[in-house]
Amino acid sequence: MSDVSIPLRDKIYQDNIHVFETASKKAKQTGIIFTVVVLYFLFAFFSLGVDKIAEKWNPERASFLALDIYAHKDHFKMPWKKTENKLQITLEGNLRQEYKVTPEWAEKSDDNKWTVTFKNGGKVDAYYFPDNPLAGYAVMYDFPGVEEIFTFRINEDKRPYVEGYEDRVEELPGFIRQTKNKLEVRPSLFSRIQFTKSKIEIHRFSRGWKYFWFDNNGPLDGYSLFGALSKIFSGDRIVEEMSNAKLIWVEFTENELWQHGKAWYALLETIIMAFMGTLIAMLVGFPLAFLAAYNITPLAGVRFAVRRLFDFLRGIDFLVWSLIFLRAFGPGPFTGIFAIAFTDTGTLGKLMSEAIENTEKNQKEGVESTGANKTLQNRFGIIPQILPVFISQSLYYLESNTRGAVIIGAMGAGGIGLQFLGALQTGTDFENVAYYTVLVVGVVIAMDMFSAWLRKKLIVPFGQFG
Amino acid sequence: MNSTKSIPDHIQKIDNDLLKLERAKRNYSFLSIGIVILVCYLGISVSENSNAGSFARGISSFFDYPVDIISEAYQSGFSFYGLIIKYIPVLIETINMAVFSTTVGFIGGLIFSIFSARNLIKNPTVIFWVRRLMDVCRAFPELVIALLFLYLMGKSALPAVIAISIHTAGALGKLFSEAVENCDMKQIEGLESVGAKWIMRVRFGIIPQVFPILLSYTLLRLEINVRASTILGFVGAGGIGEILSKNIQWKYGADICAVILILVLTITAIDYLSRYFRGILIGDGKKGLGFGAKILPGKNE
Repeated sequence: MSDVSIPLRDKIYQDNIHVFETASKKAKQTGIIFTVVVLYFLFAFFSLGVDKIAEKWNPERASFLALDIYAHKDHFKMPWKKTENKLQITLEGNLRQEYKVTPEWAEKSDDNKWTVTFKNGGKVDAYYFPDNPLAGYAVMYDFPGVEEIFTFRINEDKRPYVEGYEDRVEELPGFIRQTKNKLEVRPSLFSRIQFTKSKIEIHRFSRGWKYFWFDNNGPLDGYSLFGALSKIFSGDRIVEEMSNAKLIWVEFTENELWQHGKAWYALLETIIMAFMGTLIAMLVGFPLAFLAAYNITPLAGVRFAVRRLFDFLRGIDFLVWSLIFLRAFGPGPFTGIFAIAFTDTGTLGKLMSEAIENTEKNQKEGVESTGANKTLQNRFGIIPQILPVFISQSLYYLESNTRGAVIIGAMGAGGIGLQFLGALQTGTDFENVAYYTVLVVGVVIAMDMFSAWLRKKLIVPFGQFG
Repeated sequence: MNSTKSIPDHIQKIDNDLLKLERAKRNYSFLSIGIVILVCYLGISVSENSNAGSFARGISSFFDYPVDIISEAYQSGFSFYGLIIKYIPVLIETINMAVFSTTVGFIGGLIFSIFSARNLIKNPTVIFWVRRLMDVCRAFPELVIALLFLYLMGKSALPAVIAISIHTAGALGKLFSEAVENCDMKQIEGLESVGAKWIMRVRFGIIPQVFPILLSYTLLRLEINVRASTILGFVGAGGIGEILSKNIQWKYGADICAVILILVLTITAIDYLSRYFRGILIGDGKKGLGFGAKILPGKNE
C-alpha cells in the first residue's frame, strides 16, 4: 500500500464507489441478521430454561438408570421380627423372582446370624434375635478402601445409629447417610445397605442382564443359552410334556422378566403399522396424483379439489389424525396404520403430482404417435418416468414412518412405543427400558438398511427400462 | 439353424441380455407383489387380533369424534375466538422449542458434516467414528431420548429441546456431509495456494458454497421439528402439545377444537413460509419446490 499515494487511493474509491457501497451494505445486512438471530437465541435460551439444565438434572435418578442398564441387583431383605419366616432373597426385589436355593453369597453362618458377601470381598453380618427384634444389629467389614469396621444398631427410641458415632453424626464418612429413620450406606457402587428399625435390606449389584434367556421360575433355571441349546440334540427330555427345542422356545418367549414374546410381538405391530400405512398411502396417493397433475387432468375443478384434499390430509398433523383414529378404532395397530396412511397420502400424492408435472412430454407424444389411447399413453409415457422417484420416495417414507409408528404407539396405539413408555413409567425396570431402546434403535437401523438395499435393487432395473 | 445364422452374434447377445433383463424385471415385480400380499395378510390378521375395537365398528364411528368436538366449538359461539387467543402463548413456546433446537441441531450438523467429509478430513478413523456417532444420533427417535430425559429432569420443555437437537444434528449432519462432499474443490485449492490454513479454507472455500443448501435443508427440518415438538409436548414436554393432551383428558371439546385449529394453521403457515424461503435460497423459482426431497445437493445450484 505504501507506493499508492493518498489522492490515488481516494480516486480509486471514488471511481468504484458502487462496489464499496454494495459490499458495505451487504456487511451491514449480515450484521443485522446475525444480531437478530443471536438475540432471539438468547431469548429462547432463557425462556426455555436451558440455563437451568444443571439444576433440573437429577443425578440420583441418572446413576440408578445408568447402573440398572448394565447391571442387575439382588435384594437381601431381613425383617427383625419373625426373621425365620420373612427373610427374602430376590432378584430386583421382585417377589415372583425369589431364589428357591439360597445363593452362595448369602449364608446362615451361625445361629441368629446371616452373612452377605459382596463381589469386592466386603461382608455384612446381620444378627437377629427372635425374642427381642430391636436388638438386631449389623456389622460391615472387609470393604476395600474402608478400614474401619462399622456397626449399625437401633437405640431405645427406635432410631438407627452407627456405633461410636452417636454424638458425632457429622463425622461419619461420606458413604453413610443417616436420617431420622434410616441408615443408607453405599460403600461401593455395587453395594448398598439400608438399615431401619424394622429391617435390613442389602442390595448386591452384579454386571450383566440376569435371566435374559430363561427366568428362574421355569425348568430351565440355571441353564446358560448354549447349555440349553446343546440339550436339543441329547435324547432325554428336561420336561416330560414337550421336546427340548420347544421347551427352550417357550421358556425364552415367555420369560417373565424380559417378556421377549410380548416385546417382539409389539415390535411386529410397530413394523406393520409403518408398512401398511405406507402401503395404503402409496396405493391411494399414486392414482390421486394423476388427478392433480395439469398435464393429465384437463379439468381444473378436479385438480383443485384433489390438491386441497392433499393439503388437508397433510396439514392436519399425524398427531391429530391419530387422536381421531384412537377414538374410532381404540388402541391398536389400525389407529397407527390409518394415521400414517392419511398423512402420507397427502404428502406422497403432492410429491408425485409434482413429479408427473415435471415429466418429459416427448415420451408421451411418442407413444401417442403409435395410435395408443390415453390410458396407454400414461402407462408407457408417464409411469416409467416417475416410477423410480415414486419407489425411492415411498421407501424414504417407510423409513421415517418406522420412527413415526413408535411415536404413535406411545400415544396409545400400542406396539413397542407403548411398551417403552410403560417400562419407563414404572421407575424401576430400567433394564427393560434399555432392552426396548435397543430393539427400537435396532429396528430403525434395520429398516434404514432394508430400504437402502431395496432402493438399490429396484431402481437399477427399472431405470434401465424407464 | 438357418435363422440363428442370419442374426449377427452381437445382436443376438444384446437380444439375450434384453430378455434376461426383462425376466429379472418380471421376477422383481412378482416378488414385490408377493411380499406386498403377504405383508397385507399378516398385517391385517395381526391388527385384527390386537386391536381393541374392530375395523368395521371403527369405520362407522370415524366421524363421531370430529363431529362431537366441532359441535361443542360451535355451541361456544364467540368465546371460541377467545380460546384461540388464550392458546397463542403456548403455541409460541412450542415454536420456540422447535426453532431453538433446530438452531442447535444446525450447528451440530455443520460440525458433524465438516468432520465427516472425505474432501476435508484426511484421517479415515476420524471420518468413521464421526459417521457412526451421526448414525447413532439419527437412529434414536426423538421420543425415546425425550422420555429418558423427561424422567431424569422432570416435566419441562428442556428434554424435548435436547431430544430434538440430538436427532436434528444427526439427520442434518448426514445431508450436510453429502452437500460438503459435492463441493467444488477449486475454491479450496485457490485458498490453499495463497497459504490459507485449514479453518480458513473451510470458512471461505466451503461455507459460502454450501450455505444456501444447508439453510434450505434446515428450513425443511424446522417444519418437521415443529410437528415433533408438538408431539413431545404430548408426553409431558410442555407447549401446545401438553395443553392439547390435557384438554383431551378433560374432554373440553371447544378447547380441543381451538388447539387443533391453531396447530393446523401454524403448521400450514410454516410449511408455506419455509417453501417460500427455500425457493429464494435455492433460486430455482418459488413454485414447484414443494418438498426438500427434490432439492438434491448440486441439482439446483
